[in-house]
Amino acid sequence: MSYLAGNNMVGGYGGADILKGCTVEVDRGEIAVVVGPNGAGKSTAMKAMLGMLDLREGNVVLDGKDITNLSPQDRVAEGMAFVPQTDNVFAGMTVEENLEMGAFLRDDDISETMNQIYDLFPILREKRHQSAGELSGGQRQQVAVGRAMMTQPTVLMLDEPTAGVSPIVMDELFDRIIEVKHTGVAVLMVEQNARQALAIADRGYVLVTGENRHTDTGEALLADPEVRRSFLGG
Amino acid sequence: MIDLLNALVLFSNFVLVPAIAYGSQLALGALGITLVFGILRFSNFAHGDTMAFGTMVVVLTTWWLQSVGIGLGPLPTALLALPVGIVATALMVLATDKAVYEHYRHRKASPITFVIASTGVMFVMNGLVRFIIGPDDQKLTDGSRFLFTAREFKQATGLNEGLAIKTSQCLTVVLAVVLVAVLFWFLQKTKTGKSMRAYSDNENLALLSGVDPDKVVRVTWIIAAGLATIAGALYGLDKSFKPFTYFQLLLPMFASAIVGGLGKPFGAIAGGFIIAFSEVTITYAYKKFLTYLVPESWAPENLVQLLSTDYKFAVSFVILVIVLLFRPTGIFRGRVI
Repeated sequence: MSYLAGNNMVGGYGGADILKGCTVEVDRGEIAVVVGPNGAGKSTAMKAMLGMLDLREGNVVLDGKDITNLSPQDRVAEGMAFVPQTDNVFAGMTVEENLEMGAFLRDDDISETMNQIYDLFPILREKRHQSAGELSGGQRQQVAVGRAMMTQPTVLMLDEPTAGVSPIVMDELFDRIIEVKHTGVAVLMVEQNARQALAIADRGYVLVTGENRHTDTGEALLADPEVRRSFLGG
Repeated sequence: MIDLLNALVLFSNFVLVPAIAYGSQLALGALGITLVFGILRFSNFAHGDTMAFGTMVVVLTTWWLQSVGIGLGPLPTALLALPVGIVATALMVLATDKAVYEHYRHRKASPITFVIASTGVMFVMNGLVRFIIGPDDQKLTDGSRFLFTAREFKQATGLNEGLAIKTSQCLTVVLAVVLVAVLFWFLQKTKTGKSMRAYSDNENLALLSGVDPDKVVRVTWIIAAGLATIAGALYGLDKSFKPFTYFQLLLPMFASAIVGGLGKPFGAIAGGFIIAFSEVTITYAYKKFLTYLVPESWAPENLVQLLSTDYKFAVSFVILVIVLLFRPTGIFRGRVI
């Protein structure tokens, strides 16, 4: 059993089911990437694991504990951190305030964690007193990841972190995410840039219409001719 | 030269000083509106009558204090009554929130539903205030009325024109400056203040960060009630307390908040002064002022008043319309209704 697992998840936003029994797992010190065509339920699967929608069937297990009925806020307190795809920073607040807000639930000294974040994303130290809304797309994503990391989470979930950023910024962001993984965090990521994301993935999931189609290591999926043909454009 | 000084003193006495005091009162009122809009995301039409409710409690407490002979010497007794008014008003709006707004919040109702609900609250509070204290003018002020009078000023300077500064005007400006400083410190530096700004900025992300929405809403109501009561009491001290006047203040207060940029505390302050100065300068009769400045033969025969004071609310209204047409985000780029 992995550290975090969403098992046989079935559910949607009230109407028809979007997830039809898919399973996503990730262990600490690993990157799991969920890819698939539009409407496959990638983001929905991640939101279900965070508790943003109710599951009709299946469960979510964190560190051996069933958390299916916890609210997103409670799951954050349990060590899960989430970076939404859009609106993922407090645009009117400074970079430093964004990080402080990330640590809102912590009562201990946060300066050390903040320093670690600044070491991970040096550009943020430079721009700490600028408001996050004035930063470039890539820098903003760094703020968003940094904010999520302030709770010292054991699981970091990212919803399309590279949407709308340039290829160079994407590579840099992936490098940072690998560094995060090496600190023992379980990283779960939904990605449109499937090829690049699978290249850094320890586990890859290809979802189609809410079901697992292929599951393997990132490397193996990239080498699989059927996956290449259907999802990676040859 | 003397004429120029006389003209300046005249202008200060009838435009500058009253407008600064009125602007401070509007700014405090608009701050409450803008905070509620930023956090609860609706235009609170009941804010004017919340002010009336708070001021009513202050008036009643002042009367009681006067009857038992407690006073502040030269300062108005109302200052002592202020904390009572703030607490009562805070309890009142928290009860209103529990009874009315919370229901719609849990149902995730659209902002317009909230606005209509607040209109209902406005009528109820309006009725309540008139029921308790009556619709008439009430006197709130006591202590020494003036910091210095026009006559004292004339004697001291030897000018024809006098400049009077009322205790209430001085008090208004001092209290407004202190309150704004404390409010900004609170919003910028404290954890609760930051969580309020975060909640206003990006509600979902604030919830993900563990911000307690109920606490943020509660604190916002308490601050809005405090600001409304203080603004209302200061306005009452400066002029007089009449429930209907407070209902009418809703328009200039909303105009201030929107001109400055809804949801931006700093904008509410700037907006308050813009509205106050526009209102006072446009409704002031410049005849005497100009007579000092131009040669005798050019002296104007009519009042040189752009707009009768009866129409002063038209000024806020016109500014509001212009801003909504040409720059709906206001000066400091707030939100659009």
